[in-house]
Amino acid sequence: MSVQAAPQLRVHSQDGRAVVQISGALLTEYLADIEADFAGVSQAEARVQIDLEPLLAFDTGGAWLVSQLRARLQAAGAEVQITGAGEHLALLETVTTASPGETPHEPPEHGRLEWVANIGRRLVSGWHDALSLVSFLGQTLVGLADIFVRPHKVRWASLVTHMQDVGFNAVPIIALMGFLIGVVLGFQGASQLQQFGAEVFVVELIGISVLRELGILLTAIIVAGRSGSAFTASVGSMKVQQEIDAMQTLGLDPVRVLVVPRVLALLIMLPLLGFVANLFGLFGGALMSWVSLDVNPGMFLTRLHDNIAVKHLLVGMVKAPFFALVIGVVACWQAFQVKGSSTSVGQRTTSSVVQGIFLVIALDALFSIFFAQLGV
Amino acid sequence: MSDTPQRDAIIKVRGLRNQFGPQVVHDNLDLDVWRGEVLGIVGGSGTGKSVLLRTIVGLNKPAAGTIEVLGTNVLTAPEEERRKVETRWGVAFQDGALFSSLTVLQNVMAPMREHLKLSTNLMKELGALKISLVGLPQLACDKLPSELSGGMRKRAALARALALDPQIVFLDEPTAGLDPVGAAAYDDLIGELQRSLGITVFMVTHDLDSLYAICDRIAVLAEKRVLVEGPIETMTDVDHPWVQEYFTGPRARAAQVKGTGNGTGGT
Repeated sequence: MSVQAAPQLRVHSQDGRAVVQISGALLTEYLADIEADFAGVSQAEARVQIDLEPLLAFDTGGAWLVSQLRARLQAAGAEVQITGAGEHLALLETVTTASPGETPHEPPEHGRLEWVANIGRRLVSGWHDALSLVSFLGQTLVGLADIFVRPHKVRWASLVTHMQDVGFNAVPIIALMGFLIGVVLGFQGASQLQQFGAEVFVVELIGISVLRELGILLTAIIVAGRSGSAFTASVGSMKVQQEIDAMQTLGLDPVRVLVVPRVLALLIMLPLLGFVANLFGLFGGALMSWVSLDVNPGMFLTRLHDNIAVKHLLVGMVKAPFFALVIGVVACWQAFQVKGSSTSVGQRTTSSVVQGIFLVIALDALFSIFFAQLGV
Repeated sequence: MSDTPQRDAIIKVRGLRNQFGPQVVHDNLDLDVWRGEVLGIVGGSGTGKSVLLRTIVGLNKPAAGTIEVLGTNVLTAPEEERRKVETRWGVAFQDGALFSSLTVLQNVMAPMREHLKLSTNLMKELGALKISLVGLPQLACDKLPSELSGGMRKRAALARALALDPQIVFLDEPTAGLDPVGAAAYDDLIGELQRSLGITVFMVTHDLDSLYAICDRIAVLAEKRVLVEGPIETMTDVDHPWVQEYFTGPRARAAQVKGTGNGTGGT
C-alpha cells in the first residue's frame, strides 16, 4: 500500500457545475472523520461532477460513501457524473449494485396492546410448558416402570457412571453442608434456649429440624444445583449436536437412553446423600452443643434416642425420592427444550436449576401440610 | 493494488515446523502467497491443511519457522503490530463460527465496533452492504445464526471476514457441506469479490470444482511440506501417487470439463 493520507473532500464550482473532489485515502478507517463532509454536500447546481482523480486508495467503505452520495444527489434531481475513477470504478460499481437499499427494519412494537398481548403469549406458553413437562414426567415414569418390570434392560454402565457423578462425588460437599447446618442450629439454639435455662432441649431442636426438614431439603437443593445443571448442559449440548435426533433415527428412545439412567441414579443416590447430610448435621450439632452448652456427646445421644422418634427420620427420607424425580425430570425436560445454539443451552441450564430448586421447595411445603394433617 | 508488481509475496512462510507430541505435521515447510491471487491448499486428510491456516493466523504456535504476513513477522512482532496485521485479514471458518448470541448484522459489525471509530449508523449501513455483497437477503440481517441454513451461515461468515475490508481472506473448506449449486454459487462469489475488491484469497479446500473454477494456483501438502505448487494445469504432470490420483481421477476429469466449460477459470 502506498503512503496513506487522510481523505479530504473539496467542493467548488466550475463551468456551471459543482465539482466534488475527493483526495487522499478514502478507506474505512478514515470514514469517521469525513462522513460529515459527505453529508454536507448539497445539491447546489443541477450538474454535479464527482472527481475521484486524486484518490490514493479506495475500499468498500469509501465506495459506499461515494455511491450513497451519488444516489442522494440523483434523487434530489441532479445530474451526477463520476470522473477519474479509473481502476476504482469496478469497485464502485460492485458496491452500487450490491447496495441493500432501504433496510426493512421493523421497529418492535411497544404499545399498550403489545404489552397485553405479551402477557397472553406468556400465559399460553406457560400452559404449554406445563403440559409438556407433565407429559415428559409421564414418559419418564413409563420408562422407569419398564425397568422395574424388565430389569435386564437397565443400562448398567450409564447408571453406575451417573450414580458416581451424582452421589459419590457429591459426598464431601453434602457432608460439609450438613455439618455446618448442625453447627449453626446448635449455636443459634444455644443462644436462644439459654435464656430460659432450657439448654438441653437443643437436642430436640437439632434432631427434629435436621432429620425432618433441613437435611434432605438442603441436600436436594445442592443436588439440583450440582447435578440438575450438569444434566441440562450435557443433554442440551447433545440436542444441539443433533445426537438426540440421531438416536431417534437409530430406533433408540432418548428418554430411555438418556433420561431414565439419570433419574434412576438420582432416585437411588439422593436418599443416601440425604442420610449422609443427616448424620453430619447431627454430628455438627452435637459438637456445637458440647462446646457452647456443655451438653456432652453421651447426653446428646441419650436424649436423641429417648426423645426423637424414628418417624422424624422417615418423614424426612420419604421425601427424597420425590425430590429426586422432580430434579431429574425438570433438568432433562429443560435439556430437551434446547433449540439451536449454545446460548440456548446456557439459558435452559439456568432455568433448570431455578425451576428445580423452586419445585423442590414447593413440594416440601406441600409435604409439610400433608404430614401436619396426618398428625405425624 | 493491481498496479503493484506481480509476485509480491503477501504471506511468506519459511521453515515451518508443527508438531503435536511425537507427531510431526509440518517439517521445513515453505510457502509464498502472492498478492491478489487465489491460492488453493489441497492435501489428503491429516496432512495439516487446516493446521497451516491456523498457524498463519496465529491460532497455533509452530515449533519452528517464520511467518511473514504483509511484511510483518507475526510470530515475533509485538502485540500492537500483530493486532494491526490482524485487522488486515479476515478468516471464515468452516461452519461459520458466528457469535451465536448476536444477529448476523451484529456479527458483521462486531469487528468494526472493535477496530474502527465509525458512527453506529454508518456501521449498520456498511454491515448491511457486506451482507448484501455476499449475496444474502437483507432479511437475514436480523436473524440469529441458528436460524440460518448452512450455506447462509458460510456466507454470513464471509461477510464478517470482509467487515474490515481485509487484504487477505482465509477460507477453511468454504464449499464443504454445500450442495453443488450452492457450492458453485459460492465459488463465483469468491471469484467476483476477489476481482472487484482486489483481495488475496487463501483457501483450504477439497473441492475440485472450486480448484478449477477460481484458484489461480494450487499448493499440494504432502510429506509434511508443500510438495508442489503451481497452476492447476501443471498438477497432472507431477510424479507423485497422491497428486496423480487426485488430479487425474474421474472426479478431477469431471471438474475440469465443468471448470473450463463455464468460463469462470481464474487463470
